[in-house]
Amino acid sequence: MKYLYLVWSNLKRKKLRTILTILSILVAFLLFGLLGAIRQSFSQGVDVAGADRLIVRHKVTIAQLLPAAYEARIEQIEGVEEAVSQTWFGGVYQKPSNFFAQIPTEPAKFLEMYPEYLLDDAQREAWLKTRTGAIAGRAIADRFGWNVGDRIPINATIWTREDGSATWQFDLVGIYDGAQKGTDTTQFLFHYDYFDEGRRFGKGMVGWYVVRIADPDRAAEISAAIDAEFANSPAETKSEPEGAFLQAFANQIGDVGFIMMSIVAAVFFTILLVAGNTMAYAVRERTSELAVLKAIGFTDGGVLGLVLAESFILTLIGGAAGLGLAWTVVSAGDPTNGLLPMFYIPQRDLVTGIVLIGVMAFVAGILPALQARRLRVADALRR
Amino acid sequence: MNEPGAVDPLVRVRDVDKVFRRGSEEIHVLGGLNLEIPDGEFLALMGPSGSGKSTLLNLIGGLDRPSQGAIEVGEERIDRLSDRRLAAWRARHIGLVFQFYNLMPVLTAQKNVELPLLLTHLSRGERRKRAALALDIVGLSHRADHYPRTLSGGEQQRVGIARAIVTDPTLLLCDEPTGDLDRKSGDEVLELLQALNREQGKTIVMVTHDQRAADCAQRTLYLDKGTLSAEPSV
Repeated sequence: MKYLYLVWSNLKRKKLRTILTILSILVAFLLFGLLGAIRQSFSQGVDVAGADRLIVRHKVTIAQLLPAAYEARIEQIEGVEEAVSQTWFGGVYQKPSNFFAQIPTEPAKFLEMYPEYLLDDAQREAWLKTRTGAIAGRAIADRFGWNVGDRIPINATIWTREDGSATWQFDLVGIYDGAQKGTDTTQFLFHYDYFDEGRRFGKGMVGWYVVRIADPDRAAEISAAIDAEFANSPAETKSEPEGAFLQAFANQIGDVGFIMMSIVAAVFFTILLVAGNTMAYAVRERTSELAVLKAIGFTDGGVLGLVLAESFILTLIGGAAGLGLAWTVVSAGDPTNGLLPMFYIPQRDLVTGIVLIGVMAFVAGILPALQARRLRVADALRR
Repeated sequence: MNEPGAVDPLVRVRDVDKVFRRGSEEIHVLGGLNLEIPDGEFLALMGPSGSGKSTLLNLIGGLDRPSQGAIEVGEERIDRLSDRRLAAWRARHIGLVFQFYNLMPVLTAQKNVELPLLLTHLSRGERRKRAALALDIVGLSHRADHYPRTLSGGEQQRVGIARAIVTDPTLLLCDEPTGDLDRKSGDEVLELLQALNREQGKTIVMVTHDQRAADCAQRTLYLDKGTLSAEPSV
């Protein structure tokens, strides 16, 4: 600690250069945090997918429907504990930009299937009893200022009603929270029966099934058994673990994770050069001062430590400010009005960011530090 | 050159050669040099540029190593010490005064003087106290919070001397301490060095081109073509 003022004084020597370097590092870590949150959002909860859940969809595409009668047949397959149907409703609330996931499903089975969706007992009972009842995730309810008891009109973009109208009315009977941070609380869930009776076409069909299995280790085997059950039928299936399904869903617009990480890597490489350049100049322009430090008794290792400490403090300030700013921005919520439902910086990315601060400090500082370490006092004092 | 005094020598330089290599070329700066400096002496080293004065000073101060020969300061054979131990030895025993002061421009006079004390186990308060005392000795207590750029050349050199004496070193090595100063400031610095030698018993080795500076020392040796003598070569 007693050397801190020396390190700090050196950083203040060229204030503008130090500030610009810190700002460059700040931008890199801000991008790292923001892109991490976007990537997390695009992964659509892959991290929190249930290992004991399979998704069964149409073999060709998820846009093609499956018969509702499959549910009972799936539940007959050995190793399957329960199956529940879901369908993509694809409506909007009030205006097209208010787009979010609305899913008709079977309430009792759904709540059993997803214990991470937390709903208090009274609201659960109300949902089970109310045919037009719907529950909304906390995030989407907060976004639109919905309260339990509100009547929510949703305009269908796919499923028109039997009378030709597009507006479906729902009674909001509950607001659920997520048991984990990554749990999707942007969904709007309602009764499949109400939906199936009211729609103009597609009756008796569902979008996909979520299937809970007794032994996650047998996921591949049970998936194969389900697909075999419906082989050579008009609606063949493709079954896979929920995590793989969500990842494939996220990848429909490309490997977002790879794209994000490529951008971050390019930015970091550039900033590393900037920080390294700053440190190299900082050492080169005070060769004689470093020589004096050695002359008065600082060891080679001591001088190396001082230069590395300078690099570390420079990177720490920029990195911590960047991550902090990213955290603040992300904490303000999804800036896209629903396109990025699970917008948060995962703890894993924060830890990676902190490690990156250390790595960047070391890589940027080590060459100038070694240069300072190798400095021969008598030669340097003669310059 | 052996100049044994009545007092045991503090510094013994024996048969020292110093050769610099520049590419394939070898430059012999010092050859078979012998020197003894008694404890408490104020010695001036004179000689033409390139004669090896600063090289000899660097060798005595452990800033460089001889190509051959032995250097003893007190009981220590410093030419045999590892780099790490040599650095620690310098911190304990050597005070350095440079021609161009070599102060840290980003630190105040007080903090510049405190620098060598960072290598000790002294507390922050004790470091401050000792630095203040050293500044008081050189008559610059009132400039403690000033940065080098706001001090005159003479004041900067006095801060440099305060930095050199703050650890109470065994040996004070001065490389042309008045070389960058006007006459008045130079005289003040020389008076200060004399006072340190006279009143505190500091052993001082001073390299200088200035005969007036050399006259302040108790003994003057002349170095030319790597050889020491008591008289300047003609």
